[in-house]
Amino acid sequence: MSKYKIIDHEYDAIVVGAGGSGLRAAVGLSEAGLKTACISKVFPTRSHTAAAQGGISAALGNMGEDDWRWHMYDTVKGADWLGDQDAIEFLCKEAPQAVVELEKYGVPFSRTEEGKIYQRPFGGMTKNYGNGVVQRTCAAADRTGHAILHTLYGQALKKNTEFFIEYFALDLLMHNGKCHGILAWSLQDGTLHRFRANMTILATGGYGRAYFSATSAHTCTGDGGGMVLRAGLPLQDMEFVQFHPTGIYGAGCLITEGSRGEGGFLVNSEGERFMERYAPSAKDLASRDVVSRSMTIEINEGRGVGKNKDHIFLHLNHLDAKILHERLPGISESAKVFAGVDVTKEPIPVIPTVHYNMGGIPTNYHGEVLTKNADGSEGIVEGLMSIGEAACVSVHGANRLGSNSLIDLVVFGKAAAIRTAQVVKPNSKHETIPESETQKSLDRFDKMRNANGGTSVSVLRDKMQRTMQSKCAVFRTDKTLKEGLQEIQEPWDGLKDIRITDRSLIFNTDLVEALEFDNLIRQSMVTVSSAENRKESRGAHSREDYKDRDDQEWMKHTLAWHIDGKVSIKYRDVHSHTLTNDVQYFPPKPRVY
Amino acid sequence: MVQFSLPKNSTIEKGNYFSIEGESKNIKKVNVYRWNPEDTKNPRLDTYEVDMENCGPMVLDALIKIKNEIDSTVTFRRSCREGICGSCAMNIDGANTLACTKSVKDIKGDINIYPLPHMPVVKDLVPDLTQLYKQYESIEPWMQSETSGENGIEKLQTVEDRSKLDGLYECILCACCSASCPSYWWNGDKYLGPAVLLQAYRWIIDSRDEERKKRLKKVADELKLFRCHTIMNCVNACPKGLNPAKAIGSIKKMLVTA
Repeated sequence: MSKYKIIDHEYDAIVVGAGGSGLRAAVGLSEAGLKTACISKVFPTRSHTAAAQGGISAALGNMGEDDWRWHMYDTVKGADWLGDQDAIEFLCKEAPQAVVELEKYGVPFSRTEEGKIYQRPFGGMTKNYGNGVVQRTCAAADRTGHAILHTLYGQALKKNTEFFIEYFALDLLMHNGKCHGILAWSLQDGTLHRFRANMTILATGGYGRAYFSATSAHTCTGDGGGMVLRAGLPLQDMEFVQFHPTGIYGAGCLITEGSRGEGGFLVNSEGERFMERYAPSAKDLASRDVVSRSMTIEINEGRGVGKNKDHIFLHLNHLDAKILHERLPGISESAKVFAGVDVTKEPIPVIPTVHYNMGGIPTNYHGEVLTKNADGSEGIVEGLMSIGEAACVSVHGANRLGSNSLIDLVVFGKAAAIRTAQVVKPNSKHETIPESETQKSLDRFDKMRNANGGTSVSVLRDKMQRTMQSKCAVFRTDKTLKEGLQEIQEPWDGLKDIRITDRSLIFNTDLVEALEFDNLIRQSMVTVSSAENRKESRGAHSREDYKDRDDQEWMKHTLAWHIDGKVSIKYRDVHSHTLTNDVQYFPPKPRVY
Repeated sequence: MVQFSLPKNSTIEKGNYFSIEGESKNIKKVNVYRWNPEDTKNPRLDTYEVDMENCGPMVLDALIKIKNEIDSTVTFRRSCREGICGSCAMNIDGANTLACTKSVKDIKGDINIYPLPHMPVVKDLVPDLTQLYKQYESIEPWMQSETSGENGIEKLQTVEDRSKLDGLYECILCACCSASCPSYWWNGDKYLGPAVLLQAYRWIIDSRDEERKKRLKKVADELKLFRCHTIMNCVNACPKGLNPAKAIGSIKKMLVTA
């Protein structure tokens, strides 16, 4: 018998995570009259959406002609043709409405002289299918994510969404292949809670903290991905990890791509604007994988700046101080605090830094989670959805364009709510979940809480992060990945010898970090395996031993399972069709910026 | 009457001392308030020697180093580590601020770290902000507008009207200001405090919102608003450089001139 008392809750739908996508879903579900709970390990406005700076993409055409089809083309090309074009069509077509909706919710967008939403240039965003720069990224100065997150939290309050704040989700409760809810632990008072729901929506964000240096918050530990793997379900395209070109050297804090959108540029130790060599037409506004690779090559070839020639300079000091103050106040402050730099006078030291996971929980464009059955057929996992960075729809494919993540959050957050309202009737009955399912999760929780081994969480986490950073980085080879496979085994095996010192139940962050490590290490293993298996270069996955994209062999999504400590891999085809006849499928072609 | 929400028996005792192994030229002593709700003990002040040669520059870096390498039971909130999420608000060196943007170099002598003052403590450096969040909800922080403008198009706002939101919308709800305000300490159950009033003003002054009168009426209360006695601690405390006192002054002025 369990020594833990369980508090039961029943909802039509639950959302795990209260960032941009989770809140948007919660708003939609509440509007649809569904009894909705939003469960989050941090207070909603502390979610990592707050750190998004540059903006949210949508072909509004406020700053010159634009078309959602152009946006779609850019996204397909940015994704290096690994994205599913039906989902990308949906994203880009819905984007303008989604941004207008945010504005009506109250997001304080910056404005044009006519009073419209201000839009800035961003990497990979072009007009007329790659012919010239377009201004498509809607911005609230350089605090767009913060502004959207706070506004969406307000909307959720308005719609009376029920929040369970500082509740840490432990596991999915699965039965006969269907999801029936989750088990969660309240940090505030130490109690355990079973949430029964006819739809569980995972909006838990990315797992950037698998790496040593990431722009991601400490809380970006991919808890939903960990839960999905433990439930015996696969994650998709995990080898695609985006390095943002401009993390502050040392601190890792983000400097928005919008800084280059507003006219900033990168310079090597010879004072050269080297991006002109790598991307003659887009230059500093090529997509992120391209810029990060170029910077890495510059550093590897001895043209890095600084004492150890190991980073690059980002110049903004040629820009009008008024523009910096108006449009980039947040990063001006970050550069001052974390690099000691006055951006009006000096360049910012930057380095490619882990930023975003294109991979995640496989879903269709409604947000419904997909898996591949034993007989090879594809199916929907009933009762389970995923949205936001946690999910892989896949709209970002092998490389996400800047400002496409915020739009992903709201478009698919809304879509998931609409779909849920179609498949779940308010107040419908809940099936009984076998006690064994709850017990399985409780046992894991209890074992971890009382873990009395010889290795602290921080030592294991450090080993994992350093392995990922050195073996699964911007450039990869068979050698580094094979070493990575071997080395990542060590922190995984270390789980058996983990030590927790805090045995309490209330706000036990020692235990939280251990549970987060459990989520991270599984996803790290899956990431390295998926990368080792993909013998081509595509988007953010760049192999020095397989330099070219191979459309014959690799127009397919990786699906990776993590069962009993072993990773197994299957593949599913990339969709070669659009959603409607409003646009034609864009066939693969060489990707040049 | 005032209700102090500190833990019971809250004499702060001298706690454990964790000295550093090996030699370092740059040792900083960090004194951390500790209180565990699950034992019956008094709060205590633990002291950790931290080798700053091998530590990041911020107070949060020192706390994380302590948690990673010395004592994993030290409890605090943290997330973005770049001053945008507002999680790691605490009282450092006598002032409320964010641990992630507070430089160790700016602190002379030992680093003293306490939870935000005059808030109930959940554990160690984690305050219970439930009351502040409820007050935030009470000002209805969402757009209220009947005329939604043309369908499918955003509501227009002039650059000038939009600039009125600068200095307001940047608030990260860290509570540094409210937890520094003597009026809020005393009447926190009724006075809305600087953080929430700044947010109230953010919606009052938004040209797109159509319920200005209702919003003003809602806060025009002896306790909710007029407990601000312009002590201005909020302005000093704000880690984002905002000015809640000015926003409160503007609300008062609007009430007089409305």
